[in-house]
Amino acid sequence: MAVFNQSVPRSLRSKLFEVNWAFVLLVLLIGSIGVGMLYSVAGGDWSPWAIRHGSRFMVGVVMMLVIALFPPRFWMGIAYPSYLGALVLLVGVELFGLTIMGAQRWIDIGPIRMQPSEIMKVALVLALARYYHDLPAEKVSSLGGLLAPAAMITLPMLLILKQPDLGTALLLGATGAAIVFMSGLSWRIIWGVLVLGSIAAPIFLKYGLKDYQRARIFTFLNPENDPLGAGYHILQSKIALGSGGLTGKGYMQGTQAQLRFLPEMQTDFIFTMLGEEFGLVGGICVLALYALLLANCLSIAASCKSTFLRLMVMGITTTFALYIFINVAMVSGMAPVVGVPLPMISYGGTVMLTILAGLGLIMGAHIHRAAEPPKGAGLLG
Amino acid sequence: MRRDKQEAQAQFNRRVFMLGGLGAAAFGGLSLRLYQLQVQQQDRYRLLSDDNQFNFSLQPPSRGTIFDRNGEVIAENRDSYRIFIVPEQSGDPAIVLNRLADFMPLSQNRRERILRDISRSPRFRPVTVAEDVDWETFSRVNLFLPDLPGITPDVGELRAYPMPQAFAHIVGYVQSAPEEVAGDDPLLRHPGFRIGRSGIEGSQDETLRGRAGQLKVEVNATGRVIRELPQQSVAATQGQNIHLSIDARIQRYATERLGAESGAAVCIDVRTGELIALVSNPSFDPNLFVTGISGEDYRALNENDLRPLYNKAIMGLYSPASTIKGAMALAALAKGVITPSERIFCGGSTRLGNREFHCWRRQGHGHVNLHDGIKTSCDLYFYEVAARMGIETMHDMATRLGLGELFDIGIPIPDRARGIFPNEQWKRARYNQGWSTGDTYNTGIGQGYTLVSPLQLAVMTARLATGKAITPTLLRRPDGLDVPDLGLNPDHVRRVHEAMVAVVHEPGGTSHYSLQGLGIDGVQMAGKTGTSQVYSITAEERARGVRSQDDLPWRLRDHGIFVGYAPASNPQYAVSVVIEHGGGGTRAAARPARDILRELVLLDPAGRIGPLPSDAQDLGES
Repeated sequence: MAVFNQSVPRSLRSKLFEVNWAFVLLVLLIGSIGVGMLYSVAGGDWSPWAIRHGSRFMVGVVMMLVIALFPPRFWMGIAYPSYLGALVLLVGVELFGLTIMGAQRWIDIGPIRMQPSEIMKVALVLALARYYHDLPAEKVSSLGGLLAPAAMITLPMLLILKQPDLGTALLLGATGAAIVFMSGLSWRIIWGVLVLGSIAAPIFLKYGLKDYQRARIFTFLNPENDPLGAGYHILQSKIALGSGGLTGKGYMQGTQAQLRFLPEMQTDFIFTMLGEEFGLVGGICVLALYALLLANCLSIAASCKSTFLRLMVMGITTTFALYIFINVAMVSGMAPVVGVPLPMISYGGTVMLTILAGLGLIMGAHIHRAAEPPKGAGLLG
Repeated sequence: MRRDKQEAQAQFNRRVFMLGGLGAAAFGGLSLRLYQLQVQQQDRYRLLSDDNQFNFSLQPPSRGTIFDRNGEVIAENRDSYRIFIVPEQSGDPAIVLNRLADFMPLSQNRRERILRDISRSPRFRPVTVAEDVDWETFSRVNLFLPDLPGITPDVGELRAYPMPQAFAHIVGYVQSAPEEVAGDDPLLRHPGFRIGRSGIEGSQDETLRGRAGQLKVEVNATGRVIRELPQQSVAATQGQNIHLSIDARIQRYATERLGAESGAAVCIDVRTGELIALVSNPSFDPNLFVTGISGEDYRALNENDLRPLYNKAIMGLYSPASTIKGAMALAALAKGVITPSERIFCGGSTRLGNREFHCWRRQGHGHVNLHDGIKTSCDLYFYEVAARMGIETMHDMATRLGLGELFDIGIPIPDRARGIFPNEQWKRARYNQGWSTGDTYNTGIGQGYTLVSPLQLAVMTARLATGKAITPTLLRRPDGLDVPDLGLNPDHVRRVHEAMVAVVHEPGGTSHYSLQGLGIDGVQMAGKTGTSQVYSITAEERARGVRSQDDLPWRLRDHGIFVGYAPASNPQYAVSVVIEHGGGGTRAAARPARDILRELVLLDPAGRIGPLPSDAQDLGES
């Protein structure tokens, strides 16, 4: 078994030698597509989005490479503190948060404005991976072994739901669930939760949602009923995609996008523009790039020796995949409009940094795939 | 321990594979969805996208011009200078408007109105600052445009009537379509578009209107026009021009000749039926209606005693009085109840039962034949003639000559302007009373129930002059039209004609002394006076000293009527003139009628009279 015989690289040179450059190339490709699309959204202008997106992306890629060099022990060490820190920030948003477009999601720390929910996405993955790393395998399906992860997942979910940001909360829940699943949870419990969930979901739909969230779900089901109101986004988005056809209207020729029938095209609806200007071919190509990257992540996960790295990679991969899936499903009218960006292509600072940081962790896991950090190491490793 | 670890690794890998499969399925689902939207439903969304992208902006057509018979312009489109402001180009519109006020009158109130309009519409949409500004102001604003960001000058079209007073009743006017007419029609709702509301403008609206064009434009989500696509647009089709039969020179002359009097004058080409002039006095300015007449102006027009908005030439109804006598004589000759030479005695009055019927000439005319009966307008002669032939014969002839008939002249004439020439059946239906000989007497001299319009009088006169069943029209008619004959005996027509010439040209004719002929050497005219009684002076008033019409208040005085045609040797033009409350026809109506006839003969709009003696124009009235 070759994988087990590999040694963990220690020097910078040997680490760089281990960097998965195909992975980096895919990331760079997707990021450049983002720059190109943002150039088009601005009507053929580098400002206001393309240039900033590009420079942020370059900073993010460097950050990704730096993160990849840190040993797993370091991440294990900061797993719990960062989770607690993110939790504190989420409470902080409740108390001091800014309100942007009706939703409280941002917090100012000095000059930096950030979304704690973004930090939580990475922190939760680290904390859960650390938890299962330390937990003996036989306790995974026990009541005691389940309570802590359940609390770790639901607490931030509830805080984020209160902001209110249903999309991120569900994303967090799904990521957590994926890690719990990957930890080796017995199928009995999995089926039990699924059955319970299918009973609880309608009740949640009725009492657990804000009106606008419910409205989004219902208009998504039938957008033509309300073409100028809540259904406007979905309808215009579908028109843009559909009118793109097989090969699209051509770069910077998308009438829906260029004539601003879709507002805020540069953020969540950027895939729409891609589909309008490059057609089905362009859309499938981008999906294929993402799929390649994801497949790469999965193979990294399978190659890792330690539970921590495996679960960390799977957690981040799940988040990443969900971003793509929810976004594309949303703009093509298969999911309600929940405000999830398309990773590395949509304009938006924090989300991109979170994603690239996560991808950095995965790259790091690849470099350190042979590492087997001990269980129960001190809080800061 | 190592086995456990391997087992855990295997389980982990299985689950990685499962999640990977789930992900692959999800991505496959997304791809299928994209295929469905972009390939299967492509046409539908392509269409919706075009709907979004393109819009049609309406291009209103130019309205057709209205000309008189000689090509003189009666209604045209003139450039209307407008000034807009485009808020997004002007920075602060308030500052720009204040600066604009230095170059043109722009009250504080008006500026506030404009700013309010600006706040209500998208920033790129032009807001009207001023409409129909004069050229001097317009060019001054244009000169200072660099200092007036966002101010946009524009040239549109407005209807203009260069001869407003003379043609108001014929041409009518245009107005913005009122709400109930406009409905959802985008052309009618267009702010610059006007529809014909009365007269020729109203009745020929469809001809004059033309067809709107559509300019295809690309718009963005807020409706701003991104670019125009002229090659994919439909140009507006200009409305068709209309040529009237009216001669503007005669129309103007007749209008001026009526002066301050309230009344009507109708001139007709007796060969074709073309109306050469159709005047109703006083008139109004149709230009006021084009940009929207003020309530005050409208009230003033509407409440004026002389009824300027009312077209008296086609809708005013009057007793024809003695102007009917030619027609009555013709009827009696046709019926054979008199011969031209038979004399009837007029002693000033006659008795019928216990009622006394007077001649207008109290001392009587003595023994009167047909010629003298018409020439002197002897009432007693026509009482006798009427009684002999009976009301139905009179009714038949009047109807043949066009009385009681609604003519299609190119503008609508309401049914109530049909007028009345009574008979037994009519009186039975109207009053449920039997016909009396007294009624016949009154009808025989054109009083009583009979009501006719000036237009009908002109038609009757033209038919008398030619024996042809001409019909009047305001629209140009081709020459050499085959007009059906009325089937009158030419000898009878000649007798009446000679008598009507004698009215003007023989001593003793009712208009001989007052007119002294047509005023053109060697050219004679025919005519007949009439005095349409409005009010009978009572015995009590007579006792108080009210003797003549001049002693009565204006609105109780008689209407003066005159009908005539010329040249007598070869009739071409007929006129009818009614002067409301003008007193006897000889005094008020005959002179304007004669002058208009003279003008007609001199200008000869139809061009059939040929050369007149060279000094003709110098021989005016004495």
